[in-house]
Amino acid sequence: MSLIDIQRISRLYQMGTETIHALRDVTLQIQRGEYLAIMGPSGSGKSTLMNILGCLDTPSGGKFVLNNSDVSVMDDNALSEIRNREIGFVFQSFNLLARSTALQNVELPMIYAGVPKSERHKRAMDALSAVGLADRVHHRPNELSGGQRQRVAVARALVNRPSILLADEPTGNLDSKTGVEILALFEELATKGNTIIVVTHEEEVAQHSRRIVRLRDGLVAADEILHKNGAAAPETPVFPPIHASAHAGPPPVPPGAH
Amino acid sequence: MTFFAEIFEGLRISWAAIRANRMRSVLTTLGVIIGVLTVTMMATAINGLNSTFQTSISIMGADVVYVQRFGWFMDRNEWLRSRNRREITMEQVRGVERQLTTAQAISPVAMTRKDLVYQRRNGGAVQIIGTTEKQVETGGLNMSQGRFFAAAEVEGARPVCVIGDDVATRMFPNESPLGRRLQVGDRTLEVVGVVEKRGRFLGMFSLDEVVFLPVTFFFNAYEQRPDLRIDVKVGSLAGIEETREELIGIMRKLRKTPPGAPDDFAINQQEAFVQNFNKVGGTIAALGLFVTGLSLFVGGIGIMNIMFVSVSERTKEIGIRRAIGAKRRTILLQFLIESVLLCVMGGIIALLLSAPITLVVALFLPAALSPSIILIALGVSITTGVISGFVPAYRASQMSPVDALRTE
Repeated sequence: MSLIDIQRISRLYQMGTETIHALRDVTLQIQRGEYLAIMGPSGSGKSTLMNILGCLDTPSGGKFVLNNSDVSVMDDNALSEIRNREIGFVFQSFNLLARSTALQNVELPMIYAGVPKSERHKRAMDALSAVGLADRVHHRPNELSGGQRQRVAVARALVNRPSILLADEPTGNLDSKTGVEILALFEELATKGNTIIVVTHEEEVAQHSRRIVRLRDGLVAADEILHKNGAAAPETPVFPPIHASAHAGPPPVPPGAH
Repeated sequence: MTFFAEIFEGLRISWAAIRANRMRSVLTTLGVIIGVLTVTMMATAINGLNSTFQTSISIMGADVVYVQRFGWFMDRNEWLRSRNRREITMEQVRGVERQLTTAQAISPVAMTRKDLVYQRRNGGAVQIIGTTEKQVETGGLNMSQGRFFAAAEVEGARPVCVIGDDVATRMFPNESPLGRRLQVGDRTLEVVGVVEKRGRFLGMFSLDEVVFLPVTFFFNAYEQRPDLRIDVKVGSLAGIEETREELIGIMRKLRKTPPGAPDDFAINQQEAFVQNFNKVGGTIAALGLFVTGLSLFVGGIGIMNIMFVSVSERTKEIGIRRAIGAKRRTILLQFLIESVLLCVMGGIIALLLSAPITLVVALFLPAALSPSIILIALGVSITTGVISGFVPAYRASQMSPVDALRTE
């Protein structure tokens, strides 16, 4: 069973009298533990696909099954819970809450999930340590560098142990050196068994992943597996995917197994 | 658990937001401050009036009826119709004393004003009440010094008097008034007692600026046939109606009122005061409600306005929160908390302001800031916050996460 199973989804927008087909007919399966990039020029539908994958938006047609539940028929409340538990977002512009500290930012998803205070605190501290920010927990975003902010965002995205880490141009606002660091962090997370989907228009960023889905005009134009050397089997994850152990299904598919 | 955590988070974020826009927040709350201040002042005034009224009533005794030539609350027509009524005489008082079976005590009251002089101290004009020893019961008097004059002294028209507390402190500041010879008008009387302090009636005139003396002495010294008031203490509130009926019968007979003619006297009771007071109080309250409502409305509009600004400024934040898993309800709650917090802050400031204002007002009028007023003020603040914050908060909660995230 795929972690993500998208069957012939479409998304229409009404712009005045004109109907825009942002997604026409997309079918896609993503397995647990994959590190995948979605690429395409602007207008290709990759943002729309990301919004649907992130349960921020629902498709106009077709079926989207995430982790065995049909997301395409869920109401707003249920979608909020799915976003909270199953999806961790990393954005181009970091999207941290400006008036909250790094720690408070990372605690936020757990507040919405109803995690008790003490556990919240502990898990947030652990998550920040895991991204190398143990000494920056009480800093506000404007006191952190771009790379540090993005690390906070990654910690926040992963703290509820989601099924998917969904990153939208994660290096777009970073200089190339910091960008490389973030991609290295993604690499490390992927190695540890996390499922990562990166939406990007930069070929270089996409090359860090292990599979590239190219979109054009709302359709999948290409779906390539990148064969890499030295990809090891997953170690014990720092952020174990929430269902990894609870599931009786196969362990995370090692990269290159396709 | 989740709910409380959300409320706590909402409070934390709202506080941060309010602090980040200090000037704006203070200016916005100004409307609420004024609104709540009006509420507080209005409630204080009504409360003050009420409590004065209650004390005044209880000073006089709620189970006392007053037989008088005129009613207490007469309009012009009633007055014109009744101005030729004959005085109530001592004979009628005696008649009532003899015939009335349902009362606990009866006393006549004759009133005038006379100047007081003691040695070289001139005390000005005070109220002089000629009555009998029964006034202790009908007037609910307690003595702080000495005694009230006795039946025998009334019988003999003795030159003795009992003075009110204010008269005692004013005329005899450094000595005991007992046994002193006080000049009342052009007569000199011996002070035999002082009545305990009774306070002001409806906050207007003092009940302690008074001299009681035997009604018989009053006839001899000041006025031979004054118009009397008959104070009748019923003994119980339940018995008032019966006593009233009996009094009407007796008075009509004594005054030889022709059958079929209306009563040519009035039986006044404090209930008339209560009714009249409630009428006035109701008018004041209605007027107050209107003024307060108006100022709160204006304050609420201010809050609503600033909440719309706050929501549109923080659209991105709403998007982020939604992406992280905040439900619509959570967003709604967060902005409601912010608007309630603003209003409650306004309410608290208003209460802090109203405390000294109340103290100043209390110099002229009975007024006090009671816990119930504080609760009302806070309740009004919270309600204003919820009502004026709802529409902006609802709009925030209905934003699509995708659109909210897209804004910069």
